[in-house]
Amino acid sequence: MMSEPLKKVDIEELQYLTRFVSDKESHLVIKDHDICKTKCKEKYCTVFCPGEVYKWEGDRMFVGFEGCHECGSCRIGCPFNNIEWRYPKGGLGVVFRLA
Amino acid sequence: MAEKFDVIIVGAGPAGSAAANVLAKAGLKVIMIERGEYPGAKNVMGGVLYRHQLQEIIPDFLDEAPLQRPIVEQRFWMLDENSAFQFGHKDLSWAKPPHNNFTVFRAQFDQWFAKKAVEQGALLVNETVVTEAIVEDGRVIGVRTDRPDGDIYADIVILADGVNSLLAKQLGFHKELKTSEVALATMQVINLPAEKIEDRFNLEPNQGATIEVFGDSTKGMVGTGFIYTNKDSISIGTGTLLSDLVKNNVRPHELLETFKQHPMVRKLIEGGEPKEYLAHLIPEGGYHSIPKLVGHGVMVVGDAAQLVNGIHREGSNLAMASGKLAAETAIMAKEVNDFSENVLDTYRIKLMESFVGQDLKKYKDATHMMAKQPQYFNEYLPLLNRAASEMFTVDGTSKWDKQKKIIGMVQERGMFKTAIDLYRMWKVMK
Repeated sequence: MMSEPLKKVDIEELQYLTRFVSDKESHLVIKDHDICKTKCKEKYCTVFCPGEVYKWEGDRMFVGFEGCHECGSCRIGCPFNNIEWRYPKGGLGVVFRLA
Repeated sequence: MAEKFDVIIVGAGPAGSAAANVLAKAGLKVIMIERGEYPGAKNVMGGVLYRHQLQEIIPDFLDEAPLQRPIVEQRFWMLDENSAFQFGHKDLSWAKPPHNNFTVFRAQFDQWFAKKAVEQGALLVNETVVTEAIVEDGRVIGVRTDRPDGDIYADIVILADGVNSLLAKQLGFHKELKTSEVALATMQVINLPAEKIEDRFNLEPNQGATIEVFGDSTKGMVGTGFIYTNKDSISIGTGTLLSDLVKNNVRPHELLETFKQHPMVRKLIEGGEPKEYLAHLIPEGGYHSIPKLVGHGVMVVGDAAQLVNGIHREGSNLAMASGKLAAETAIMAKEVNDFSENVLDTYRIKLMESFVGQDLKKYKDATHMMAKQPQYFNEYLPLLNRAASEMFTVDGTSKWDKQKKIIGMVQERGMFKTAIDLYRMWKVMK
């Protein structure tokens, strides 16, 4: 599809632009860590998530829910339907200030 | 016993606040429940809001609504790696009231629009998540929230809870969304002085321009790039079907960064300071993805009802239109004191008869076709650019020979195949 690779992004720098008010507990829960490990070779969520919330740590999926934009892509895009997705508690989570 | 309302509205976005304005003005007892710190805190839009549906609800909105720039020019780019086939339309009458559309910041606009409903007597409760609809004997009679003792009751619940609409899903109105039914959009707001924006986009003060970019902006995936002018900033973003992102293993924020650095785009935002990064889903399934809209005591509006016209990038105006129609139906239901699906179905009928239903019907197969036939984005747009470059490069070749060469490019694809593709495109757009 692409003749040249896409430009790399420092996700930390990008996410720093956005305001997040973190809850103590995650609103994103991996239902079965074993599925990520044994069934999902591609680890799609670690790629398409716009906040790079999901990171594969060799044997376990790390979920950095604090940087979640609450778009819903991971709930829909996980081919194993392995992500339990709720809204953060009222007032918490992402707080968009502009657009 | 918990307090009872005439209508509970879940979500204070454009659909919810439109409904709240109409209902409160008619004297109904209305509560809006918003999960964000304020209305708009969870909402994202490239930024173009159409005037007409807003004016039907707030006739004098121009005096007070927080707007960025009225749009006077809409441009379209068919982008390739080093070229762009461009067209557009500029109409200076759009610079004058009543205008056609505006760029807006949703965090500001949604707060204002909700406040207008509060001024009419609606109650707005922020920072509260509705966790489920309370159903009794097959009727929706209220909602459960994440507050202590947080059950609230009403004759009617209007679900304006956005694209993910977990509540409509809970009620069985729709199944889980498919990756081919939604676009994941990422965008940035980049500060730039007003004079620079006006110079770079050929604008007078208080005039705005929009550029929709197809082709290389999404690397041939089904979607668009966009560049919109605000007062002192540019909104720039890319949105592609989630299915295409997954299939092509693309990071959406890298796609956006690549678009920002494209040689045709770079100079427009040069020297700007990124202020915010946002991601959101856009319902792109259109007509075929509209869920069940009405049940006993409940109606679904806005993005929750998947009411987006992706071809014309209209959504917030469809949301307002649906909110208004749902509210008018609720007022009528209150008069006859009957909140059954049969009565509330008036909303669905009116919605489908209105421009909302008609426009979605017109383009009902467009996105689906493009998702299945990637050649429009990844073959024809580059071909168009090559043909234009060929025709406009003066190199001693006669125009007849150039024409032959261009026809040759089409023949490479196959004349018959191309004719079928053209017919197919016409069929889904007509």
